[in-house]
Amino acid sequence: MAELDIEIRELTKTYLVHRREAGLKAAVTSLFRRRQEEVHAVERVTFSVSPGEVVGFLGPNGAGKTTTLKMLSGLLHPTAGEARVLGHVPFRRERDLLQRITLVMGQRQQLVWDIPAIDSYDLNRAVYRIPTDQYRRTLAEISDLLELGGLLNKPVRNLSLGERMKVEIGAALLHRPQVLFLDEPTIGLDVTMQRRIRSFIAEYNRRHGATVLLTSHNMADVAALSRRVIVIHRGRLLFDGALDHLVARFSSHKTIVVQLREAVADPSRYGEVTAVEDGRVHLRVPKSETARVTAQLLAELPVEDLTVEDPPLEDVIERVFAQPGD
Amino acid sequence: MGLLGLYQAQFRTTAATHLQYRVESLIWLFGGIVEPTVYLVVWSTVAESSGGRLGTYTSGGFAAYFAVMMLVEHLTFSWIMHEYEYRVRMGRLSFVLLRPVHPIHADIVDNLTYKLMSLIFLLPVAAFLMWAFHAEFAPPLWAVLAFVPALALAFLLRFLMEWTLAMAAFWTTRVSALNQTYYVAVLFFSGQIAPLSLLPGPLADIASVLPFRWFVSFPVELVLGRLTPAETAAGYLAQAAWLAAALVLVRRVWRAGVKRYTAVGG
Repeated sequence: MAELDIEIRELTKTYLVHRREAGLKAAVTSLFRRRQEEVHAVERVTFSVSPGEVVGFLGPNGAGKTTTLKMLSGLLHPTAGEARVLGHVPFRRERDLLQRITLVMGQRQQLVWDIPAIDSYDLNRAVYRIPTDQYRRTLAEISDLLELGGLLNKPVRNLSLGERMKVEIGAALLHRPQVLFLDEPTIGLDVTMQRRIRSFIAEYNRRHGATVLLTSHNMADVAALSRRVIVIHRGRLLFDGALDHLVARFSSHKTIVVQLREAVADPSRYGEVTAVEDGRVHLRVPKSETARVTAQLLAELPVEDLTVEDPPLEDVIERVFAQPGD
Repeated sequence: MGLLGLYQAQFRTTAATHLQYRVESLIWLFGGIVEPTVYLVVWSTVAESSGGRLGTYTSGGFAAYFAVMMLVEHLTFSWIMHEYEYRVRMGRLSFVLLRPVHPIHADIVDNLTYKLMSLIFLLPVAAFLMWAFHAEFAPPLWAVLAFVPALALAFLLRFLMEWTLAMAAFWTTRVSALNQTYYVAVLFFSGQIAPLSLLPGPLADIASVLPFRWFVSFPVELVLGRLTPAETAAGYLAQAAWLAAALVLVRRVWRAGVKRYTAVGG
């Protein structure tokens, strides 16, 4: 147990939701007869994360990702099952645990709106009882990596969304947490800013050996940061393993791109043609056929160059989520 | 560092925030001035028209009572009952729960910061009211000294009580009805609308069993020199007893509230 930073077993969260139809009649009826419905947000999910691992936590909206992160950071009490983070039961919210974890949620903000972020940072220094010299070092490191520069001295309300997110992430890491729960850390940000935050997370993980569990709809985040992914769908664990394996398992096709010396009458007999440009033909072929088709192409056509590619991660994920939940 | 360091840092943050909202703070302050001034004018007038005296209060006695009451009321009131519902409903509490420190500390500092800052305006106003309405009071020195701990206990008692009541927001989304009831009760039974000795029999009995008088009326009467040393000692005891009860209550309700909050999610 002690070797794992995060360990959950059969973790389950069920909500009771009141339901009623629209309209006044239904509203009156519901006064007397309340229809309750169980919603299984997370159902018997089991996985563990070792120290220093960066794990991508994937699933469509409503899959139970945020619910799981909230249970792991002590904001939600599980209905059943067990959870341990750094050896603690999260919902007891013991100080020793809270000192060593952080949760960043895209839309939430912990910074005081009307004053410069540096004042909120100073407050966090006191809240987490960070020794002054360590605080100075961490602050210097964070400002450097995130390029916070003058942002810390402007009132938070005057910052752009991206700037605010950077400052927010900085605030969440001042106490040098060992375990990071990041819920959509790049949501709403432009590509440059996404890249900056991504490289910051990678660098923080490298320098401090921190464990990161990260949800994102942005496959670029996941591909860049985590070799391992956990996929949940409708509250259930669907996949846990290397990102490559996810692609291998859920993509039935590969793309063969051939550069031809001269045009060919009908390339479609080799596979589904998805694009043709300047003599480059993109063929979509079933995975099992890839080797045969490749050999055939090389033997029969004037091939100048040939590559075999996996489909884009987005397409794979889309296929994963298209699986029936049960 | 510890808690003291936290209080210092929280004070800096809160002071900076309140300074951003100078106008809003002043408007709030205005209400806190007008209300006791109205009572002051009404009761002084009543005293004058009934032969210069009502119970143990002369017209100038009322002026002193309500000017001091304005200060005590200001120093002990809190706005936490208005804020809590927002915290719970908007999920602001989630962020607070992630911190390794009880949220009540931030609220205490927030409250005290505002009080200290606004006292700069309020003290001259109280002095002016006393001068304009010929306030009469001559407390012995011991009473003035005894006022300081009584005021501190009053603040803590009221703050813990209101923080506990505010947590009703964990269980219901309609806290405004509860808040309104509470404010009316405090208005009558704490000595805000009239000195408690002027309340008719049954109301005075109710006031004597409720805790409200210990956070407004008691310190006010003490500093005006209206209490004997024995009454003062009894008052301290009552404050301490209620404070102990409030401490137990705030912890219990907080634990239950958080349990509920983390069961349904924020």
